[in-house]
Amino acid sequence: MRLTRPKVLGITFLVLGILLSLYSAARIDPAQRTTLGVGTLGTRDVPAQASLVLIGLITSLSGILALFDRLRRALAPTLVTVALLDMLALMIWAARGSSVDLVGMLAASLRMATPIALGSLAGIWCERSGVINIGIEGMMLAAAAFGFAVNLYLSQWLGPRAIWIGLLAAVLTGGLMAFFHAVLSIRFKTDQIISGTAINILAVGASGFLRRAYLVKAYFVGEILPIVNVPLLADIPILGAIFFQNRPIVYMMLILVVLTNFILFFTAWGLRTRAVGEHPLAADTVGIDVFKTRYVNVVIGGLMAGLAGGWFSLETVGSFEDLMTGGKGFIALAAMIFGNWTPYGAFMGALLFGFAEALEIKLQILDAPIPHQFLTMVPYFATMVVLAGLIGRTVPPAADGRPYEKQ
Amino acid sequence: MTAEAGKHRGIPWRKWVAAWSQRVSDLAIPFLAVFTALAIGAVVIWASGASVPKAYQGLFEGALGSPRGIAETLVIATPYTLAGLAVALGFRCGLFNIGAEGQFYLGALFAVWVGYSVKGLPIFVHLPLAILVGALGGALWGAIPGFLKARLGTHEVINTIMMNYIAVLMVDWLVNRKGPMWDSTSTVPRTPYILPTATLPQLVPPYRLHAGLLIAIAAVFVVYWLLWKTTLGFEIRAVGANPSAAKYAGMSVTRNFVLAMTFSGVLAGLAGAGEVLGLNRTLPAAFVSGYGFDSIAIALLAKSHPLFVPFAAILWAILRNGAGLMQIRAGISVDLISIVQALVIAFVAADEIIRWLYRIGKKEEIKEVVFTRGWGR
Repeated sequence: MRLTRPKVLGITFLVLGILLSLYSAARIDPAQRTTLGVGTLGTRDVPAQASLVLIGLITSLSGILALFDRLRRALAPTLVTVALLDMLALMIWAARGSSVDLVGMLAASLRMATPIALGSLAGIWCERSGVINIGIEGMMLAAAAFGFAVNLYLSQWLGPRAIWIGLLAAVLTGGLMAFFHAVLSIRFKTDQIISGTAINILAVGASGFLRRAYLVKAYFVGEILPIVNVPLLADIPILGAIFFQNRPIVYMMLILVVLTNFILFFTAWGLRTRAVGEHPLAADTVGIDVFKTRYVNVVIGGLMAGLAGGWFSLETVGSFEDLMTGGKGFIALAAMIFGNWTPYGAFMGALLFGFAEALEIKLQILDAPIPHQFLTMVPYFATMVVLAGLIGRTVPPAADGRPYEKQ
Repeated sequence: MTAEAGKHRGIPWRKWVAAWSQRVSDLAIPFLAVFTALAIGAVVIWASGASVPKAYQGLFEGALGSPRGIAETLVIATPYTLAGLAVALGFRCGLFNIGAEGQFYLGALFAVWVGYSVKGLPIFVHLPLAILVGALGGALWGAIPGFLKARLGTHEVINTIMMNYIAVLMVDWLVNRKGPMWDSTSTVPRTPYILPTATLPQLVPPYRLHAGLLIAIAAVFVVYWLLWKTTLGFEIRAVGANPSAAKYAGMSVTRNFVLAMTFSGVLAGLAGAGEVLGLNRTLPAAFVSGYGFDSIAIALLAKSHPLFVPFAAILWAILRNGAGLMQIRAGISVDLISIVQALVIAFVAADEIIRWLYRIGKKEEIKEVVFTRGWGR
């Protein structure tokens, strides 16, 4: 039997499922119950041990399915469903003897996924046109700082409305940083990864300088963007609470995911962008301006990274801390690779990372017996595993990272 | 003498001048990059209403104005040199090791563990053992992304960034309150202190300057020797310059990727080991770092040449060490230095900006150091 990738995956599922069942049967008190809340629909008590054993069995069964070549077609949906079930198992385990609100968890995941998804969209815009952008982290950080600074100083005159101008400033800051990256990597043909690294360091220095020189003098906890309920849609049970009772940047992210996918795959501009990213010489031959396409795409990507930066200082906390983006820009890159350079895929990746983060916070609240650092590590491990092709091959744009020399 | 002979005589001379002016302008670029970055820094200082002469005077006096200042500058330059060498070695093999940070952490972690837990050894066994194990920790953290790159083609940049985070979280878990390496008698979360037998001795006793400096100096020459005097070094450079050509010549790209990343990890691990064995004597949970990015800058500034790395490291140390006095004298935040440093990196990496600014001709030769290639597929 050849050990193909689905088989490796199947064996992994099988072993994990058996381990889960055995562990739950041996170590969990049969009397413990977990209260699962489903938003406004009420709650339901489930016996923790029995549910975990059941989910473990389902997981191992799905693993066995993966071993049969004939069931290939049904494999991906099955494994995704089972993976979702395993996440449920994680919540049941973490919250045993206590309660967890599923809708709340999903809403929190979406919230946490927002900057990651926006960052990965920024990456997609850049890399689909052939420019690697490892400076997303720095663009976010600078945007968070400058957006907050503008909000801080304008709110003396404009009151709470200033926050929208702050958000605009954040977006533009991201665009400006991206323009710098574009000039370095397109005009001066600098190694794009080094140029991105320079942007990251510049952002740390500039935002720290800005904070200490101007922001700490005025003690100020800023406004944050308000929650906006979408009329009608917000009242849909479950979905309403997850998707339509959010703050503005979450909506913008959702719209931008759809919009990016549309532009990239259904418009002339998107076709040109992909052509430039895959084979710039061919694109040039048919009359596409490679440099212009790259400049525009990198800057658009930067604007999205800027919006992600705004999420930190203007939508979440209303202040700016040093290094407050905390590596989300790099996670965004990972989500982009996860999603194989497609907007919907990247969004799914971002949701996964967002879920891990929401779960980590929940575990800390519940004082679960595993160190929270381990859970924080999971996305990083997952990224390395996905990148190594253990789950599926990812294919970057062919000309990604290669400066274009006009012949 | 015929006109023809005169023409003949002229050619080598002109060639010589051209070669030297090329060499001088190549050497001038890092200096011009630093100068330009400091000039832009001056504009930032001026724009925020502080005195430029006061600030830069404070910067240089703080770093070099007293024996203590000089000793401190060298203390800072020690890990910078080692970590800078780590990145430079990676560059020579065409690898971008952004993971010096994580390798540094692992080196510190492993060294401090041997330092406090192994008891009853004399200093000439215990200290080398601690250093060696520290180097091993770094090697481990470097070898993994090297292996992943070589075998599965995954880009070392993403993998080393991920491993940096994992290293930081692992140290945080081990050392923080209730962690396995936490010293429960201490009020701040940290490991127990290392034994005196594992401590790197001070070189000039009142000052903190320690024997780690000697390790760093030795490492400079070892890396130079490795790269230019051994077959392995030749292979590493060949793979860095052109992996496919090296492969056709019968060299194993896989093996060289793994080895280069491992050596790179050893150097960064030594930097971490030196910090805990020579300075802190313990590993605090809030272990200040940032060596990952600084070491990249130093390697770039030194054009990835091991013999230039210490000079770049000293420059970086001057900027860092003098920043404190600069802040006191001119009331300008130390973060200004990060801006200056980022600009230096940008200018050195994009030397075309500097060539364009100062009208230096473009060199015709093929770039010797090839950095990175896309995501590595």
